[in-house]
Amino acid sequence: MLANQIGYYSLILGLLFSVLLCGVSIKDFGESNKKINQNILSLTFLQLVFVIVSFLSLIISFINSDFSNEIVFNNSHTTKPLFYKISGTWGNHEGSLLLWLLVLTLFIFLFLIKSKEQPKKYRILTLLFQQIIIIGFFLFVLMTSSPFNYLFPIPNEGLGLNPVLQDPALAIHPPILYLGYVGTSIIFSSSLAAVMQNYVSKQWGQHIKKWVLVSWIFLTIGIMLGSIWAYYELGWGGFWFWDPVENVSLMPWLTLTALLHCIVVLESRAELTSWVVILSITTFTLSMCGTFLVRSGILNSVHTFANDPARGIFILIFLFVLIVLSLVIFFIFHRENNKSSNNFFWLSKETSILINNWFMMYFLSVVLIGTVYPIFLDVISSEKISVGPPFYQKLIVPFLIPFLLFMSLGPRLKWIKSKIENKSSLIITFAISAILTFFIIKNLTTDLLFYILLISAAFFLFFTTLKELLLKKFKNISQTSAHFGFSLLILSILFNSILSSEITTNIKVGEKYNYKKGEIFFKKIEEKQESNFNSIIGYFEIKNENGKIIELKPEIRVYNQPIVITSEADIKTTLIEDNFLVMNLVKGNEYFNIRYQVKSFMIWIWISVLLISFGGLISLVNTKYEK
Amino acid sequence: MYGRKVKLRFVLLALILASVVLTVLLVLQSLKENVVYFQSPSAIKSLIELNKKKIRVGGMVKEQSVFITSDEVNFIITDFKNEINVVYSGVVPNLFAEGKGVVAEGFLKDKNYFTATKILAKHDENYMPPEVKEAIGDK
Repeated sequence: MLANQIGYYSLILGLLFSVLLCGVSIKDFGESNKKINQNILSLTFLQLVFVIVSFLSLIISFINSDFSNEIVFNNSHTTKPLFYKISGTWGNHEGSLLLWLLVLTLFIFLFLIKSKEQPKKYRILTLLFQQIIIIGFFLFVLMTSSPFNYLFPIPNEGLGLNPVLQDPALAIHPPILYLGYVGTSIIFSSSLAAVMQNYVSKQWGQHIKKWVLVSWIFLTIGIMLGSIWAYYELGWGGFWFWDPVENVSLMPWLTLTALLHCIVVLESRAELTSWVVILSITTFTLSMCGTFLVRSGILNSVHTFANDPARGIFILIFLFVLIVLSLVIFFIFHRENNKSSNNFFWLSKETSILINNWFMMYFLSVVLIGTVYPIFLDVISSEKISVGPPFYQKLIVPFLIPFLLFMSLGPRLKWIKSKIENKSSLIITFAISAILTFFIIKNLTTDLLFYILLISAAFFLFFTTLKELLLKKFKNISQTSAHFGFSLLILSILFNSILSSEITTNIKVGEKYNYKKGEIFFKKIEEKQESNFNSIIGYFEIKNENGKIIELKPEIRVYNQPIVITSEADIKTTLIEDNFLVMNLVKGNEYFNIRYQVKSFMIWIWISVLLISFGGLISLVNTKYEK
Repeated sequence: MYGRKVKLRFVLLALILASVVLTVLLVLQSLKENVVYFQSPSAIKSLIELNKKKIRVGGMVKEQSVFITSDEVNFIITDFKNEINVVYSGVVPNLFAEGKGVVAEGFLKDKNYFTATKILAKHDENYMPPEVKEAIGDK
């Protein structure tokens, strides 16, 4: 009860501080002092404190199972383990928005602390733009989705959290992803501020690059966590389904990656200024669009918490205002500095980075069209369609071949004018890659030529970056390790898709099922009771072609609050392959429905994504090597 | 007439334009091939011509219609006006049950038989896909 009120009033106080901050900073903007007014920093800090208090009080309501709070009632239950009580805080629409707000205020505070050597007016403008976003979110939370609504009479028991969300990976997935999403808001605000102050320069590039890196690292890891979760919890056995919800997180990632590359051009050569600003605006817009599409109920998925049209319309209007505002600012204030523009040759680092950007924009448009087209068609003709994975694969995979080749060559080029060095060693590396590929896959696939090209390109990148890592020791290790990770990612995805196999069948307890390469034996089932679910554990023995026996124990869980049945896959992971078994029971049948999958190199997909983010991390902690 | 730089720019612009047009065409073509339409059992009944393309069928799983053998799951999707028999070999999602909403993806054998290649998972048992809601009217 008390926590509820504290939470609510701190939110309102936080909003008041926003308004106050706008006033104080506008006043300070006009004054001639060199340093920013100390009060601004304290006010920002106080605002952060209030949002933290509000968030903590919501967590406390969840921990105490205070069902007088509507969202606690809707999303929690007394028998739920403590960990999931806490993660339930952001496992719903209202709480997750509060988390957005928390990260927004946290980041602007960190920004102010970390930007002390930047010009005063630029800092104040960034703060102002950020406060506009913050006010928008405060209003959104307070008006359409308050996490502190009362319920009376107070129910004795809550409705429980959707069991598929009761999972460690998913407990940390939203906060991490939000850190990435919201990080782009700082990039957005500060790029607008920089445009207004005509400060899109080398210094600004160096300073904002850190924020780009931070958002990029969190976004990368956040997407990966979601993907890992989908892999083992949804039981489909894949890691990426081209589901609209996955796509909306991929889109800002693509523009952010593009931005990360051309910010390097900006910080060393002071070029591509307009492009950097456009990318910053686009990235944040896409993050907001993601929130809008996912939260408004337009896309149906596990992320859609409620279909309240008022919310959708609010975000849409807010988004519209932000886009118009940023475009107006861009067109009025932006001055391309003519001195140094277009001052580079075809074969140079600048060109190679532009090529990267073109590819990113192409991938972005494919994903965007595939995601938005069904919504668009539904609105204009009420025809229901969905765009399947083949669409994306067909349009993206072939373009990976030139992309990978450029990625191997690009980083070797120098600024302004360059030539390709060590041509012979590159040709040899490529020949080795091609021959290696040929011997590996000659018996594996029918579409030989295409795969040879694709996999050789990936191996080419793999070997060139590996050589770089080994020979040049720590020179530019961040870029090399990220690119190395990317080649590893593509290789593991390709081999995963070529080598993986799957068997689905219906089987009774005690039965054996023979397939081409082996045998599945369903030994027995066992029932077990946990605090918030009952489970049926199946004992399986799988004999594979080498006669090796693998034991797998998938589970069916019947959660009591709410009553939901989930399947927990059992996965045995090795460096070479994952053995994945999931079972399911259809009501009133003695047959269990099972799916056994051998997924090759699955763990390498996660490892390579970690390597990619590790590259970003190194660049963040040590910018010394970025020359 | 024009300087070298202007010509170069012109060529560059033409190249960019050409590649954009090409990309758009490619994307649209691919979109046309890979779009999966959603249909209700009633809509299938009123089809004049059977399409070989992959489609989605949605509705309710009819009570008492699920029948499982060692390699297949058979059931009937109904929109309370018309129904269609579905044959599926694979894993059904957790929330698949008689009397619940379902979306199946696959190919039509004829107007009464549908071979499903995928049964779509839904995560919330109270949640009904908007397509299904529309297909079965306001029931």
